[in-house]
Amino acid sequence: MTHFLEMGGYAAYVWPAYGLFVIVFAANIILPLRREKQVVRALRRRRER
Amino acid sequence: MLKFLHGLGSPPRFHQLSRRLTPWLGGISLILLLAGLYGGLVLAPADYQQGDSYRIIFIHVPSAWMSLFVYVLMACFSVAALVWRVKVAEALARASAPLGASFTFLALVTGSLWGKPMWGAWWVWDARLTSELILLFLYLGFMALQSAIEDPRQAARAAGLLSVVGLVNIPIIHYSVVWWNTLHQGSTVIRAGGPAMDTRMLIPLLIMAMGFMFYFAAAVLIRARSEVLERSSRSRWARAVLENDQ
Repeated sequence: MTHFLEMGGYAAYVWPAYGLFVIVFAANIILPLRREKQVVRALRRRRER
Repeated sequence: MLKFLHGLGSPPRFHQLSRRLTPWLGGISLILLLAGLYGGLVLAPADYQQGDSYRIIFIHVPSAWMSLFVYVLMACFSVAALVWRVKVAEALARASAPLGASFTFLALVTGSLWGKPMWGAWWVWDARLTSELILLFLYLGFMALQSAIEDPRQAARAAGLLSVVGLVNIPIIHYSVVWWNTLHQGSTVIRAGGPAMDTRMLIPLLIMAMGFMFYFAAAVLIRARSEVLERSSRSRWARAVLENDQ
């Protein structure tokens, strides 16, 4: 387990790389889904007027 | 097949297809990514020269591959939008750009994180890195152009022109390690004679690449359908969508 976390001494390089990957991938799904909800809400509101 | 593609150009059908497909595409992508990560981080052996630092490859290479692929796709969508006036293609081109930029960014930064321990430098102005950086600028330029021009048709046209002109960068990136004397290593996978990589490393790499591909498909479809809905907001099908759900 420690060897895995330490990545043979390269942890400072490997884990930030993977962390960035997770953040970028999550953002590119979450943000568009949120935008879709906003668009639907805004369009519904506009129609009610 | 052609009829299917032609049907895809219809905004309501595209919207419906996107809604139905994206959960599956996302699910498949997640499974592939988890499998690839397990194979790459746990199962694959350490490199005899680079130790465990090489494991960045499982993010770096798929990101780089996708950065090139998405650009070509974006240019194709733009051409389809320009030539055949397909609104869905415009939305897909527009949706592809931030994703392509994300992949390019990941390729550059993970490359940098790999380069520091291995080459001793966060950055070098070698041909591969420089041309990939230019790719990032092209993506950002595409996005900036779209937001700077008010009329969506004109914006798509201008950005589309930029994307086509920038296509020349793609073969430059790919062949940079052949044409110039680069610090970045030459092709290990896509080469005559087959991949020169241990199977235990190659398999997770290819699985990650597939995971990235499915991920892109899901992400671009989600992004594009919001825009399609917004642009067609006055149409009957859009009204039906707004009434029916969520």
